[in-house]
Amino acid sequence: MEVSRNWRLQSQRYRMEGLRCEQCGTVIFPARAHCPQCAGESFASLALRGLGEVYSFTQVHDAPAGFEHDAPFFLALVRLDEGPLVTAQLTDVERETVHIGMPVEMVTRKLREDGERGMLVYGYKFRPLLRQRRPDEAVALPARVRVPATEAVAA
Amino acid sequence: MNQPMPTQAEIKPMLPVLPVGVAGYGAYVPRFRLPAAEVARVWTGNTGNSLAVTEKAVAGLDEDVVTMSIEAARNAIARAEIDPVDIRAVWVGSESHPYAVKPTATIVAEAIGAVPHTQAADWQFACKAGTEAIQAGIGLVGSGMARYVVAIGMDTAQGRPGDALEYTAGAGGAAILLGPAAESLAVIEGSHSVVTDTPDFWRRQHERYPEHGQRFTGEPAYFRHVTTAASELMQGLGTTAGDYAHVVFHQPNAKFPQRAGQLLGFKPEQLEAGLLAPFIGNTYAGSALLGLTAVFDKAAAGERVLLVSFGSGAGSDAIAFRVTARMQAQRDLAPSTATYIARRTQIDYALYARYRGKLALQ
Repeated sequence: MEVSRNWRLQSQRYRMEGLRCEQCGTVIFPARAHCPQCAGESFASLALRGLGEVYSFTQVHDAPAGFEHDAPFFLALVRLDEGPLVTAQLTDVERETVHIGMPVEMVTRKLREDGERGMLVYGYKFRPLLRQRRPDEAVALPARVRVPATEAVAA
Repeated sequence: MNQPMPTQAEIKPMLPVLPVGVAGYGAYVPRFRLPAAEVARVWTGNTGNSLAVTEKAVAGLDEDVVTMSIEAARNAIARAEIDPVDIRAVWVGSESHPYAVKPTATIVAEAIGAVPHTQAADWQFACKAGTEAIQAGIGLVGSGMARYVVAIGMDTAQGRPGDALEYTAGAGGAAILLGPAAESLAVIEGSHSVVTDTPDFWRRQHERYPEHGQRFTGEPAYFRHVTTAASELMQGLGTTAGDYAHVVFHQPNAKFPQRAGQLLGFKPEQLEAGLLAPFIGNTYAGSALLGLTAVFDKAAAGERVLLVSFGSGAGSDAIAFRVTARMQAQRDLAPSTATYIARRTQIDYALYARYRGKLALQ
């Protein structure tokens, strides 16, 4: 049971809330204590739009504990429009169509069940664009910044 | 037909104190489709069925009423272009809430950003849980207690393997965001609800699959409640079937709504835009609401739309809308219902059995 941990991660998992470094402007997702660019410690909260493209992907056949029922599934690195690179499952995709560079959008799906009696864990996955990118939603952020994705686990 | 229900002498349509409308709406249909012919092949060796349903929508492994409600609600908010913190109630009507105890609605409210200053609750009234939430939402907005309420009808319906319900029990639904009439895409002209204790369909606590009263589900349940609610509302508003450009009924199959329309004096073309059961099956609490979203996707300013739900147990909510000039500008801000229906991946009975948890793994 990881009730408290799952609860703490809700704003990140449900709404993709990240941070913007007030010192250098780097967009950080998921949230962390220090800016990976400038080590700054002052941030503004930022809800990411959940749009990006597949940076790389793999198909998982031997799934880790808790994800066995979903295998085989696609796990991807997704480069978000705002810059961060996140690790997440792809959903609603077929082997024939998934590719590097595929435009994707965030959806909230069931990540796993904590057994028969435990809680249901929901969070972000990515799928091919359906809820269309709107022209007036053009990204107003500066050039993409590199953010290490080491903590961006989907689990 | 059974005996018509008695009418009260001075019955009036239900109308809120402040005018209320639909500020936004959003649909969701999962992408998998199970052809009815595939169910027939497995259980009867034939390929036909008498329900006029070609196929039904099936939720994927990572989908349930929570995830589908979140996407429908996000679509409704996108069309309304409102700040979700102004939503004062998030209500989800379903008979397939993922938890027996713990609200679906709190998860949805959290995901759409309506928390913490909001109400949230799950509604249960078989297939009319969603329109019941709309009726209550009209009251909450119409009394001035809330600026916006999101009412959702969503299901991943259950049907016992081999049962008649398995041909139609589908997945999907819609979110209706209620708000002040002045800024709405469709104004609510009035509503009427009808309820009796009619045991046509039920599922007992801890049971996986529902029971139904076979042919008893028709005349005394569906037709009696649907026709009474619709005719009382039309009469109360001084309208007739001809005044409505579109009518949407609850769609347990394709035949029932067609017959109800006929009984009430509607022409087949008035049902056409909202009749989705042939393509996605019966989405239970989502059924009538999804039909309404498909109508909103097409309706022109000034057109009247009549929504008539049905929930086993049994009851019906009839709600009359008039589309405003804002509809055309806002509806393209989210995917159309037809877009979701066109997003189609056909599966066979084996994959269906896996996706719906019908295989014993231990």
